[in-house]
Amino acid sequence: MYGKGLRPLSIATVAMVALSLSLVFFYAPLDADQGFIQKIFYLHVPLAITALVGFIVGGVFAIAHLRTGNRKWDAYSYVSIHMSVIFGVAVLVTGAIWAKASWGHWWVWDEPTLVSFLIVFLMYATYYPFRYAIEDPERQARYASVFAITAGAFVPLNFMAVRMAQSLVHPRTFGTANGGLPGEMMLVFLCCLTAIALLWVTLVKFELTAKSASGQVKRLRRALDAPTPGAASRIAPEVS
Amino acid sequence: MLSLAALLPLGAPALPLDEAGKYVAGAYVVFLVLIVVYVAIMAAKLQRIERELRELAGFAENRAKGEGAAPQRDEVSA
Repeated sequence: MYGKGLRPLSIATVAMVALSLSLVFFYAPLDADQGFIQKIFYLHVPLAITALVGFIVGGVFAIAHLRTGNRKWDAYSYVSIHMSVIFGVAVLVTGAIWAKASWGHWWVWDEPTLVSFLIVFLMYATYYPFRYAIEDPERQARYASVFAITAGAFVPLNFMAVRMAQSLVHPRTFGTANGGLPGEMMLVFLCCLTAIALLWVTLVKFELTAKSASGQVKRLRRALDAPTPGAASRIAPEVS
Repeated sequence: MLSLAALLPLGAPALPLDEAGKYVAGAYVVFLVLIVVYVAIMAAKLQRIERELRELAGFAENRAKGEGAAPQRDEVSA
């Protein structure tokens, strides 16, 4: 059920990623201030936006789970958060590389944008031990949903707080007094954002499909009363 | 073959291209590696599921054969 439409989605994602990479390196103009190093922007910022939106989406799925009691939404919430944490790792690493090239430091502790993202990332890193500290699957899903909703509400609040803080070093790309991105750069940025968002959706669907298949195999094993090979994985919720 | 520098409009880069290129390549390679590692982990999981399915299919077939054979024995004994 989850695998439906996965192939065209994967093809669209690969095509969009290839197009975006071509545009980044062969179409987007060089930034007058940062030069070639600004190419990291087209990867780093879409990853950050997608990861943050993914955390919020995880919270929305958690609301659906608490409202309906359907475990399917808990699985959606879990996978959304899981994928956003992976994207978060990429954001932190690409950001550190960009910071080293631009500022000469891998990390700047007095920069609110960096530190706030790290706080959000670390908060979601606690989701896994929090979730798997609870044995009962029903309670586990319910508590994880409460966590996802609370943390999901924190993400936009955190973002707004950072935007209101006056920063000296982290660039404000959109909506600045200087007019923001020029048209060509904006076009490339939007393509990259679409590509990264598509990648996120594809990987979420891919993981849900795998979890669904795994859950069905377990059900089949129980139905056949077959011996279970090794301990069952408790890393992810079962989905039907 | 044209170099990448020749294809790009020349601006005033903060870092020379040979130095900036390393950082840009590093960022994109890290992202690529992360995705490849993730896909490899998922592929391993799918292989495990496939193996378990094969085992279950074999188990179900053996059980069906056993159930099919049991009444025959009953008939013979009767």
